[in-house]
Amino acid sequence: MSIIAKNIVKQFGDKVILNDVTVEAPSGALVALLGPSGSGKTTLLRIISGLEVPDQGTVQFHADDITRRSARDRNVGFVFQHYALFRHMTVFENIAFGLRVRKISEAKIRERVHELLELVKLPEMADRYPAKLSGGQKQRIALARAIAPKPAVLLLDEPFGALDANVREELRQWLRRCHDEYHMTSIFVTHDQEEAFEVADKIVVMNKGRVEQEGSPAEVFEHPANAFVMKFLGKVNSFQAVLQDGRVLFGNVEMPVGANQVIQTGNGKADVYVRPHELDLGRTAESGNCLRGKVMHINPAGSIVKVRVLVEDFGLVVNVDISPERHRQLALASGESIFVSPKNAKIFEPDYAI
Amino acid sequence: MPQVNQRVLPGFRLSLGFTMLYLTVLVAVPLAACFITTARLTPAQFGAAVWTPRAVAAYSLTASAAFLAACISAILGSLIAWALVRYDFPLKRYFDAMVDLPFALPTAVAGLVFSTLYVPSGLFGRFLTPLGIELAYSRGGIILVMVFIGFPFVVRTLQPILESLDRESEEASLMLGASRWQTFRHVIFPSILPGIVTGFALAFARALGEYGSIVFISSNIPGQSEIAAVLVVNKLEEFQYAEATAVATVLLTASFAMLAIINRLERWSRRWDS
Amino acid sequence: MTESGQQPDADTTPHPPALPARAPTSGDPAWVRILITTIAVGSLIVLVVIPVLSVFVEALSRGVTRYAQNLTDPDNLSAIALTAVVAPCAVILNTLFGVAAAWAIARFQFPGRTLLVTFIDLPFAISPVVAGLMFVLLFGSSGWFGPWLNAHGLRLLFTPLALVIATTFVTLPFVARELIPVMEAIGPDEELAALSLGANGRQIFWRITLPNVKWGLLYGLILCNARAMGEFGAVYVVGGRIAGETNTMPLQVEMLFQGFDSPAAFAVATVLTMLGLVSLGLKTWVESQQDDGQKQEEPAEPGITESVIPPKTA
Repeated sequence: MSIIAKNIVKQFGDKVILNDVTVEAPSGALVALLGPSGSGKTTLLRIISGLEVPDQGTVQFHADDITRRSARDRNVGFVFQHYALFRHMTVFENIAFGLRVRKISEAKIRERVHELLELVKLPEMADRYPAKLSGGQKQRIALARAIAPKPAVLLLDEPFGALDANVREELRQWLRRCHDEYHMTSIFVTHDQEEAFEVADKIVVMNKGRVEQEGSPAEVFEHPANAFVMKFLGKVNSFQAVLQDGRVLFGNVEMPVGANQVIQTGNGKADVYVRPHELDLGRTAESGNCLRGKVMHINPAGSIVKVRVLVEDFGLVVNVDISPERHRQLALASGESIFVSPKNAKIFEPDYAI
Repeated sequence: MPQVNQRVLPGFRLSLGFTMLYLTVLVAVPLAACFITTARLTPAQFGAAVWTPRAVAAYSLTASAAFLAACISAILGSLIAWALVRYDFPLKRYFDAMVDLPFALPTAVAGLVFSTLYVPSGLFGRFLTPLGIELAYSRGGIILVMVFIGFPFVVRTLQPILESLDRESEEASLMLGASRWQTFRHVIFPSILPGIVTGFALAFARALGEYGSIVFISSNIPGQSEIAAVLVVNKLEEFQYAEATAVATVLLTASFAMLAIINRLERWSRRWDS
Repeated sequence: MTESGQQPDADTTPHPPALPARAPTSGDPAWVRILITTIAVGSLIVLVVIPVLSVFVEALSRGVTRYAQNLTDPDNLSAIALTAVVAPCAVILNTLFGVAAAWAIARFQFPGRTLLVTFIDLPFAISPVVAGLMFVLLFGSSGWFGPWLNAHGLRLLFTPLALVIATTFVTLPFVARELIPVMEAIGPDEELAALSLGANGRQIFWRITLPNVKWGLLYGLILCNARAMGEFGAVYVVGGRIAGETNTMPLQVEMLFQGFDSPAAFAVATVLTMLGLVSLGLKTWVESQQDDGQKQEEPAEPGITESVIPPKTA
């Protein structure tokens, strides 16, 4: 079942939380609403679930306009950020709740709850109370409870926000499996771009009550629509460059902004963005198109080596990611002179600069 | 994020409708009856009812006794709260629970037992009367029962504040070279003062309207030991409804003023909370 | 001064015993401590303990038989019975009101919400005598509704119904005042979760809200009931003090006291005192239950606990 939230406007007092937002989740997709806090993503999710009423706009499930339908009748599974487990009920009763209010037979409830407890790998926890569960366990029970009534739509509000890093990692994989297994359309809210990229089929980047960009993870990451998306999706070096007859210059280095991005606006200044992995280091200024710098710090832990370089001419610190092989090849040490050359750069309309 | 959702949960109309109906029938209409009855008096009548020597004596006795009682409650209540939070002593839990007894014990019982204890032949009266302290059937007795009903307000307002007091700021003060007394004066006292004042106001407000226990322990002599609430009842019993209502309106106005002040105080005492 | 010097084991204990929120001994000098404790305990003994004990002493001062006679006097029995009817009526009404008000106020935003909360508090601020007077003005023979009631052969003033109305007014805020902050603190998430799982209003209330607020509700009920049983001023005014008819226990105590029948007054007072003590005990018990509910801390993630604890350093 596809979900379409169209032209949603929501205000609290005179604060505009959502400003004409349209988002679509194709049937069967796992969509991430990604944005910083205050971007309106949680409010949008709650509007889709029926836990919040929009001031304007419509919500459609498939072809049905359900904007005025109560949350109760939407058949939506909702996983709350802080789980909202019923504290006075056992794990079993929590999961069974959605089935009990539907007057399903006791035997069927039993079967379904045990099936779900198996799925969330907590069969021995049936008689525990939520207070006795760890955060990760609570999250899994909250998920089991939400999908117990077999909703066609699953909505998750910052599902892993409150968890330890390693538990989070595991639960992500597990959410993906759950989603695939139950053929739902799912939307989750997150402020963690890594989380969004790891599980989602489609990413909607939000900021200040607007959608900045939507698309597949690859599209969004490789072709960010504006500076905000570029900055929000990962570390980025920004350079104040000069536009000169269709060329983008930083000092005397030409920024390779790509053919389709060449700015036609003539002369002026603009911010140019380069991701750390799109910079290369060299011992010599062989290409000529490079900045001279000094190695400040090297972090060799991880699958990439992170190097911080001070470009002395501009008093600018740039972050460069290189492969461990390259690192070995260069045999860098702190304090050494080095040349930084951009391999790829992005430039946006200046009114998007933040 | 909004904590409460507009009309998403069911039952808004029903619950608010019932609440408003209930409050209208039980509170708004009776209050209106009181004020409208007073408003029907001409200013001269109102003045004559409200400003008789007897009424003035009653107001000043009520106000001064309530004020004194609230002061004593504030001091005593602060010491009790301090001891309960900061010190350990035998049967502490029971003493702690006992603080609430004046809330749970009917005021009539309090009046009855206090007047019996402090008459010259009573358990305390027998020692106090030779010293010239007569508490039964005197103004002192009025203050005594007002303290009894008032001090728990101070203790219960102050206790959570003392408990949540940041120990580290006290330690910081000591580390900065302040003496224990300086620490109390400059660090502890300013943060518990709003609690003491709020407790004082609550005790004062409660004492203003108290009737049950005072009617037992006071001799209720008009002009001498008759408090405002007793005056209202006495006027009612003489079927002088207009006068009773006029005095009641004065009491009501005082109560509302106290309520407003207490609301302010409570906000003021939370001003450092984020 | 290093931290490890003060607490050598703090780093290595898996669950370091939480520092007591209040150290049993404070930094005050001994004489201050002893002085304050003595004043506190002494005043509690003089103000509370001795008066409560002397209620029983006085009641039994003429012997057990006399006490039993006093208690079983028809007028006194009727006063006990009347209180046993009036107080629960007021409690039930105010519970219905408290639940409705808490639901409206803690779960919805609407204009005038704060004003409504203040309005609910009003009866606390109003002297019970004035409250009684207000109902006399409404239902008395020359009051707003008095003539109409008279014309229909009805009487409200000086009947048990008037006692119920006056008591309900005086104890009106208790349940609502307890429930509103409790429901606000719990927040609407569990109810919203139930809603999204398909529960209807009644199911949400009975299965989610009520179990969650049960201790707060019970607490409010106990306070409301204690005050209702002890109410004096308001019922004094609207009841007319007819022994055997509209005298509740507190009124009967006063009537006996004015009639110089002190032992009988104390006999009835023992019943009230015991009810007060029971209320106090129940209240303390409920508080301990509430605390238990709050004190549960989240267990650590299984399997991670050990690796997080730093290795023991010599």
